[in-house]
Amino acid sequence: MSLRRRVLGWSAARPTRSGYALLAPGMIWLLLFFLAPIGLMLVYSVMKRGLYGGVEPGITLEHYRRFFDPLYLDILLRTILWSFVCTVLCLVIGYPVAYVVARAGRWRQWLLFLVVLPFWTSFLVRMFAMIFLLRDSGFINSVLLRAGLVHEPVALLYTPFAVMLGLVYGFLPLMILPIYASLEKLDVALLEAAEVLGATPRARFTRVIFPLSLPGVVAGSLLTFIPALGSFVTADLLGGAKQVMIGNLIQNQFTVARNWPFGSAAAFVLMGVVLVAVVGYLRRRDARELVG
Amino acid sequence: MIGPVVQLVSIVKRFESAVAVDRVSVDIQPGEFFSLLGPSGCGKTTTLRLIAGFEVADAGDILISGDRVNDRRPYERGVGMVFQSYALFPHLSVARNVAFGLEQRKVPKADIPGRVNRALELVRLDPATYGSRMPAQLSGGQRQRVALARALVLEPRILLLDEPLGALDLKLRKEMQLELKALNRSLGITFIYVTHDQEEALTMSDRIAVMDNGRIAQLGTPADVYENPRTAFVASFIGGSNFLSGIAESLGDRRWRLVGRHGTFVVRAEPGVMVEAGREVRIAIRPEWMDLFPPDRIPPGENAVPGTVQEVIYLGETIHVLVALDPGEVVTVALRNEGQLIKPVPWTRGSRVAVAWLPEDCQVLEPDA
Repeated sequence: MSLRRRVLGWSAARPTRSGYALLAPGMIWLLLFFLAPIGLMLVYSVMKRGLYGGVEPGITLEHYRRFFDPLYLDILLRTILWSFVCTVLCLVIGYPVAYVVARAGRWRQWLLFLVVLPFWTSFLVRMFAMIFLLRDSGFINSVLLRAGLVHEPVALLYTPFAVMLGLVYGFLPLMILPIYASLEKLDVALLEAAEVLGATPRARFTRVIFPLSLPGVVAGSLLTFIPALGSFVTADLLGGAKQVMIGNLIQNQFTVARNWPFGSAAAFVLMGVVLVAVVGYLRRRDARELVG
Repeated sequence: MIGPVVQLVSIVKRFESAVAVDRVSVDIQPGEFFSLLGPSGCGKTTTLRLIAGFEVADAGDILISGDRVNDRRPYERGVGMVFQSYALFPHLSVARNVAFGLEQRKVPKADIPGRVNRALELVRLDPATYGSRMPAQLSGGQRQRVALARALVLEPRILLLDEPLGALDLKLRKEMQLELKALNRSLGITFIYVTHDQEEALTMSDRIAVMDNGRIAQLGTPADVYENPRTAFVASFIGGSNFLSGIAESLGDRRWRLVGRHGTFVVRAEPGVMVEAGREVRIAIRPEWMDLFPPDRIPPGENAVPGTVQEVIYLGETIHVLVALDPGEVVTVALRNEGQLIKPVPWTRGSRVAVAWLPEDCQVLEPDA
């Protein structure tokens, strides 16, 4: 058999039984550590609460009912709103960055390196670093005070502003990278074609560049919005007790409040929100693509 | 008389330290099918992009219809362009692709569908069938036609084509060559065509600029560049050539005797070709202008070099005979195939032959630039 035939045979062949066996480790992993715990949580969310954590026998929808108390609904709505604003801010800030990096020629590798640099430290450390920036005796306030712009420290930490800053800072690379990937693939000849056909720089962006980068925008938005919905470290460290997001609520139920069923129910409500939001978003996009 | 539609006046373009286009000057006439032909890296595409306005010349002037356009944007130059990769907008349907330029130029909305349909019909794509398709659903040839329609719908004075047929298979390429030529004639638009394919350039062009190292090595009609190549580069890039050389002795009236290791030949230099007595001169002879004779029956007045047949190659239309000349070197002689089954070529491997040609059938070459 010629080398060419063998090479072709390799890629053209459908996975054999042993090929499918390669799926096994991943499948088993997901089954054990993803599906099983989620199934368990679903069961917990409809059981009675144990006094010292855990659950007691008996089925009830009380925890879901309880979630629709205005107190918790407020937290949910705030979480959705903040995640949405965070996504929009990341898009507005991240798109131009991705665009510049994609067009940066020989500097591209370095700029890309800078974009991913924050990933080299843990999310937690980065959020702590923000505290040093924002607290009353932190960097920003010191500069403001020394410059004489303010006479007493501005309250930055433990405000919605601080939480939003932390969220945007934390998730920005996740917006930049997929947009960069889609812009980087864009054929320069398309822009030249648009130019010679009479498109202004603005029209080239709105009619060619942006529509073709939409897959990146969608991926980046999902990668930002979904983790933002579930985030709790940021709100915990930078928002203090007042700026609670649903992630904090869930975490609290499992730890301090020892109300596992309610925590599970809240987690499932959040999952439902994510599912509805994502499916709704993707379907709208599909519809737009069909029209466009 | 109307002046040239495009004039390049000693244009220069450098990329970092390399000179891509080196003092190129040319006048292109209205309605002409003009080709820039050369190997990759010869500067042909850069020259086209300078005319389009995607590159800015470092020196020299570009004139379109007499106006200096060096500082004008591409869309202000009245040019259309067809790209090598087609550059169709993948997110827009065929009709929207063709309409793109009309929309950008604020053509009244009501006029757009009619003009789009006419442009598609011009390139022989049925608007009803193809208008709503996406580029990804088209074959290479159909994409090419859409790219052409998208450029032609704006009725440019000049159409720039950058190796537009490069990605098509041979049969389709031949068809499209004839269609492009027909469009050039019927629309009266000036076509400036970049290609590395000499046959393509010969087929379609009114004139060809053969480019080498950023310069025009030779400019002329297809017959000029094929039959009177000025340099060894042109002679070998367009068609095949055999090269021989010798020291020149003047015979007067542009006739020279060349004395070299292959013997003595008489040649005639084209007007304008500089030959210096006592210097070595190279000549090129097309394979089909050489003939083979038995060594003892060389026709009088012909140049001849003895040799031994090395190989006889059957190509259908022609028979190529490779002859190893006695002093070394192998030349190719192309004989017309008069039917090998009826009247076979009388030469086989090892035959002793004389390779012969008439003094006017060889080209005295200038040194390459």
